[in-house]
Amino acid sequence: MKIAVCIKAVPETDTRIKIAADGRSIDRTDVKFIISPYDEFALEEAVRLKEAKGGQVIALSLGGDEVPNLLREALARGADEAIHITAAGIATDDPLCVGKTLAAALKSLTPDIVFFGKHGVGGDNQQVHAIVAEKLGWPQVTVVTKLEVGDGRLRAEREIEGGIEVVETGLPVVIGAQKGLNEPRYPKLQSIMQAKKKPLATKSFADFGLTAAEVGPEGAGLAVMALRLPPPRQAGRKLAGDPGQQAAELLSALQNEVKVL
Amino acid sequence: MANGVLVFAEQRDGAFKKATYEVLSEGFRLAEKLGQPLSAVIIGSGIGHLADEAAHYGASAVYVADAAPLAKYSTDGYAKTLAEAIQAAQPSVVLASATAMGKDLAPRVAARLEIGLASDVVETHVESGALTVVRPVYAGKAFATVAFRRAPAFATLRPNVFPAAAPDTGRTAEIKSIGAPIVDALQAKVTDILAAAKGKIELTEASIIVSGGRGIKGPENYYLIQNLADALGGAAGASRAVVDAGWVDHSHQVGQTGKTVSPTLYIACGISGAIQHLAGMSSSKFIVAINKDPEAPIFKIADYGIVGDLFEVVPKLTEQVRAMRQN
Repeated sequence: MKIAVCIKAVPETDTRIKIAADGRSIDRTDVKFIISPYDEFALEEAVRLKEAKGGQVIALSLGGDEVPNLLREALARGADEAIHITAAGIATDDPLCVGKTLAAALKSLTPDIVFFGKHGVGGDNQQVHAIVAEKLGWPQVTVVTKLEVGDGRLRAEREIEGGIEVVETGLPVVIGAQKGLNEPRYPKLQSIMQAKKKPLATKSFADFGLTAAEVGPEGAGLAVMALRLPPPRQAGRKLAGDPGQQAAELLSALQNEVKVL
Repeated sequence: MANGVLVFAEQRDGAFKKATYEVLSEGFRLAEKLGQPLSAVIIGSGIGHLADEAAHYGASAVYVADAAPLAKYSTDGYAKTLAEAIQAAQPSVVLASATAMGKDLAPRVAARLEIGLASDVVETHVESGALTVVRPVYAGKAFATVAFRRAPAFATLRPNVFPAAAPDTGRTAEIKSIGAPIVDALQAKVTDILAAAKGKIELTEASIIVSGGRGIKGPENYYLIQNLADALGGAAGASRAVVDAGWVDHSHQVGQTGKTVSPTLYIACGISGAIQHLAGMSSSKFIVAINKDPEAPIFKIADYGIVGDLFEVVPKLTEQVRAMRQN
């Protein structure tokens, strides 16, 4: 079974975001990049599937200089080979351009199943996996918390408001992994050493037959005009008294001052 | 020439969701600003009765795809139908809700039409006839203003942010039937829906959220949070620490690696306020913090702070809310 997993390099989740001088992107100075947390569930599921059914896991990531280290980490966590698609010339903050590039790369790999995290934390678009599925003409199951892969078919459970949808579909398929799908492993020292010898290729969009008009700013669907920080919230009032009085004062404030009850 | 605002009016089990009224209402406000008509598309089976309701919220035309294979949501069945409605209406703006269904469907359709999609939008602006939108990034640590490079502009709106208007039952709409090419050969099929506990309110849709952090000390005490949430008619949330410790299911997690929420009222109990958590809830309208530690960062953003033991304060609060609700 050929399994692909797409991972994204994102700022650590406890990063304090600062706006860059261009007013449209974040200041990357001193920002540490990690594998997007949901992509860890995607990677773990890919490796478990390989361990159960045999085959290989190929990890792909589109991005800049922060990517190769994270792909090495993916190799240490069980991927067999990795492909770094360099960001140069690609509108990387545009889900359509990123999706088209990854779809072209995946098409040449002909996997049976492709895993993504349900969304890349940071951009928070929650779009790229669905765009990839559309461009490949494959089914998608997003926000997946449970997966059973059978012979050419699979059964997935996806989270919806107030419940779970059970989805059945054939392969090939694109899966978006949600927290709860599995418990990702930490790589052992031995796997980290072995990962150094595994193949890590570097490709550009042109290697997949794409043009700058398709995946560069010209091909983008959106344009980010400005990025700003939220207005700071002010600390309000502390409520005094014993617990009963504090509770009573809070309820009175919620009813009469801000009228939310 | 692109014209009009088209809203995907999501229904489940023959009824619109709360978020659907919000997106129809915002669609109508945008249509008025643009000086263009509002239309709606409703997809499902046995859902013809919802067309009148869409009209009451301002739609002058309603595209109805009413067919047995569309009874349950499927990505390809619904994508095909929504794309058909967009082809028919040729709108300048398409809106959907940023719900489980909207988030699965909208990017698929946007990719098919080669247009940009702005996810989880919290503000819309019309200037010189062009739409720009504002959406949170980094789970609300920053906000991006986004423009659309091609028509139609396509956005999903975050639930609980845009107000629902009062329906005008005097309004009527032209009904247009679509969805004929749907056959019962979908790529992926929903074979079952496992409902969560009855009456449970989804975090992202709740107007009131009560969340518990490490201060609850163990899974056996989470009922304190759930009881207060139930008394208030809200949903129960949790910090990452509580979820990672296995005390509650991850579906309760609020924060950058959980759910981003914007309720009217957020009550944080025993939550210190890690930046990860604040990112997911700081756009709440009013925040209450209950914590033993007066230096906890959560107090810096709370409208009302109670320095105290949640094991004493929360039960009192629950008791008083119940008494209040009975009167």
